[in-house]
Amino acid sequence: MPDDRQERTRNFSIIAHIDHGKSTLADRLIEHTGIISQREMQDQVLDNMDLEKERGITIKLRTVRLVHRDKDGKEYYLNLIDTPGHVDFTYEVSRSLAACEGAILIVDASQGIEAQTLANVYLALEQDLEIIPVINKIDLPSARPDEIKREIEDIIGLDAVEAPLISAKEGLNIEDVLEHIVKRVPAPAGNEDASLKALIFDSFYDSYRGVIAYVRIMEGKVKKGMKIKMMATDKEFEVIEVGVFSLEPIQVDSLKAGDVGYIAASIKDVRHCRVGDTITDALNPTPEPLPGYRKVNPMVYCGIYPAEGEKYEDIRDALEKLQVNDAALIFEPETSVALGFGFRCGFLGLLHMEIVQERLEREFNLDLITTAPSVIYKITKTDGEVFMIQNPANLPEPQEIRIMEEPIVKATIMVPDTYVGAVMELCQERRGEMKDMRYIDENRINLYYEIPLNEVIYDFFDALKSRTRGYGSLDYEFMGYRQSNLVKLDILINGEQVDALSFIVHHSKAYTRGKAICERLKDEIPRHQFAIPIQAAIGNKIISRETIKALRKDVLAKCYGGDITRKKKLLEKQKEGKKRMRQVGSVEVPQKAFMSVLKLDD
Amino acid sequence: MSAIALYVHIPFCKKKCYYCDFNSYSGKQHLIEEYIGALKKEIKMYKHVIDGYKVSTIFFGGGTPSILEGDQIAIIMDTMGKYYDIEKDAEISIEANPGTLNYNKLKKYYAGGINRLSIGLQACQENLLRTLGRIHSFEDYSKNLNEAREAGFTNINTDLMFSLPGQREKDLEECLEKVVSLGIPHISAYSLIIEEGTLFGNWVRNKTIVLPDEEIQLKMYHNTIGYLKEKGYIHYEISNFAKPGFQCEHNMVYWHNKPYIGLGAGSHSYFNKKRFNNVGSIEKYMDLVSNKKIPIENEIDVSIRDEISETMFLGLRLTEGISIKEFIERFNISPFEIYEKQIKKFSTQGLLEYDKTHIRLTQKGIDLSNIVFRDMLLD
Repeated sequence: MPDDRQERTRNFSIIAHIDHGKSTLADRLIEHTGIISQREMQDQVLDNMDLEKERGITIKLRTVRLVHRDKDGKEYYLNLIDTPGHVDFTYEVSRSLAACEGAILIVDASQGIEAQTLANVYLALEQDLEIIPVINKIDLPSARPDEIKREIEDIIGLDAVEAPLISAKEGLNIEDVLEHIVKRVPAPAGNEDASLKALIFDSFYDSYRGVIAYVRIMEGKVKKGMKIKMMATDKEFEVIEVGVFSLEPIQVDSLKAGDVGYIAASIKDVRHCRVGDTITDALNPTPEPLPGYRKVNPMVYCGIYPAEGEKYEDIRDALEKLQVNDAALIFEPETSVALGFGFRCGFLGLLHMEIVQERLEREFNLDLITTAPSVIYKITKTDGEVFMIQNPANLPEPQEIRIMEEPIVKATIMVPDTYVGAVMELCQERRGEMKDMRYIDENRINLYYEIPLNEVIYDFFDALKSRTRGYGSLDYEFMGYRQSNLVKLDILINGEQVDALSFIVHHSKAYTRGKAICERLKDEIPRHQFAIPIQAAIGNKIISRETIKALRKDVLAKCYGGDITRKKKLLEKQKEGKKRMRQVGSVEVPQKAFMSVLKLDD
Repeated sequence: MSAIALYVHIPFCKKKCYYCDFNSYSGKQHLIEEYIGALKKEIKMYKHVIDGYKVSTIFFGGGTPSILEGDQIAIIMDTMGKYYDIEKDAEISIEANPGTLNYNKLKKYYAGGINRLSIGLQACQENLLRTLGRIHSFEDYSKNLNEAREAGFTNINTDLMFSLPGQREKDLEECLEKVVSLGIPHISAYSLIIEEGTLFGNWVRNKTIVLPDEEIQLKMYHNTIGYLKEKGYIHYEISNFAKPGFQCEHNMVYWHNKPYIGLGAGSHSYFNKKRFNNVGSIEKYMDLVSNKKIPIENEIDVSIRDEISETMFLGLRLTEGISIKEFIERFNISPFEIYEKQIKKFSTQGLLEYDKTHIRLTQKGIDLSNIVFRDMLLD
């Protein structure tokens, strides 16, 4: 019997803005194709990390093979390749899309198209994918499907007349979506007799089998026992298992052109299995890797320290564990005078940073102090030496610096026109330069800015959301370095410089930022028996000062028989709090104080 | 024979004061009779527990214990006399609010064995009394005071408060002068504590009331200490002042970290290396006791470390301080051995001082006593 599997395969992704219902639709598709019964179905099967569920976003990719029987009784393999839904993970999204022939574009029936939706659509168009628009949440009273259809046609230029109108939540018209996939997404091409070319679009660490590569076979085939080569890293491995993703991974004999599945090859280090790399046959390698591979580099750095000094090794263990599944996370040990031993960690972006911090705290039960996020600055010294720094503490003395350059990003902000003023003000405060401004429909505008990354990493996203009542959306990508007048701002507590609080800032912002931080610290540091000056300084010049008044009275007037247990608990709690403070000279600084300087936009 | 103190909780009030977070209820006076019945049963339950102990002090606290009639107090006293071994000259106190007393009631209290009266005056100025939610005047107080003396009471305390919203330094001075001139031998002067869950707690949070500046609060406290010392009172505990021989023995039991049994709803006990407390609800308490069940809600073991910690932070409340000899007798170890680091640090900071016999807080140490107490807790 001729094997027509390739012809009966459809590889697709779902692209959507956060909250527009991607995970819910994925769940419904899984349910409808019957690989899992409704009873077994936990809500949102694909997002299986707790944190993701809470935030409603997908961090790690998940993939699943659905078996769909169409009206004529023909069976199709639908490989759903999930994509992470955030601006920090654009590269990973692009690799997932590269593994597909089609994409479902979910648009919320009341909210319409948002900046991130557009960004993802462009990524999909770059990959030449067949895009199937789907209008979700039509059960909501605020749904306006006809307008949204027009929007899709006007803004993206996709034919939306036949777009399925669905409610993923209510399970409405899910069948339609499946029909569209089968009908419109092209079957994969690729010759199974050619030399192997497999695109890695994700990886996962399994403690028994090592790193598992999630792949789309573009050409050729792969099976157990084969010697394979990672083309970017030039490492060779022997395949111990190949398989496909039902809800659980299922081992199969081979994967061939058009298939989506996994390869296990006793790969010990996640860095040898990079997203976007091409796997080929080591004995019969393809001359050309698949296009589009790039090594992802962290853009944002921060110091991570244990709240209690002894937990240093625990943090290292936890970071190592996270890293096996997250090749983009990097870290190295560093030491701070104020915080002791810790790690400087690099992230793709702010969200990535927050997610790692939260996972450390929740999954590993660690108490952390994180320092202000920093970007990578390019320094040219007076002696001509050029180097990059990501820790403000390593900045040379001002007189040794000839040029300082900072990373700039291209930011696209989509906003209803009523908030344009607010957004322009925000961007101006953040040293943004407006490059263009375009109406995308009657009342929505795309603003194109070039903004220094170090302005974006300080709660820009939160500020954007709060100033646009949640309607503004942001997408950004790295553009390049630009010379800038930057200074290092130091914070002194009781005359002692606190290295963990130093940061690099544009000279025009130094004063306001310094003042704001002094005020924050004044509120966060408990009073001591002596007055404590809090100062912000550039070099030897003090630019701002606050004073924490001395504590003069801390006494419980009453303590009788019925009070003892309660008062003791109170004292114990205070003592516990003190334990988690860091000694800066003779001042005890709480963990919260170190963190409070991170958020500046009220 | 070991000594034990008894505390009897009377959780009834005509009206709850705005700052009060004690276990007390207004509008439940119809339960008083039944409550006394339950108290009698609980007293009996402890007969075998404290068998072999001599009751050295008894304290009726509240609430407003003086809401009880003379006969009601007498019944409780009789019941305790029947089941317990009470020392002949035991100090037996009752808390009273001005306006709830009269000569006949006081006469019966005295006849029933009560020999110390603690009157909650709090302030002398009408406006301040109103702010606090008190329902009496200074005149009620002085009238009740005369009646008490006629009834035979000589050991009398008066509670005062400072750091009150709207209180001026001279208001406090006036109050102290009046009470001292009335010849009161014991004065408790408390800096207002704002407790969560009270009206005052809410009002401070939403700024309905504003407390005096910290410096003013401290000045009020220091002025009180200075004035009362000058008038011959001994400042013997953070908030307590007494003419020689009039220190409250019952409260000394707490500060010396000695055992006591609490009776009544929500009362606390410290006995046999355990701290435990009764259920707070009057109804639940009565229900349990009438079904012959022990009304204890919560019990915690006191480890030796806990006991040492508690002995320190309670004992340091006394200006006399911790007796080194007694500490060694109790724990078989010197406080200097356990607290070497802390004693050194706080002595250097001028918060703590010691001599051959005692370790005590300095005045500055009292003002900042929580800093010291925190560090006296052992892990």
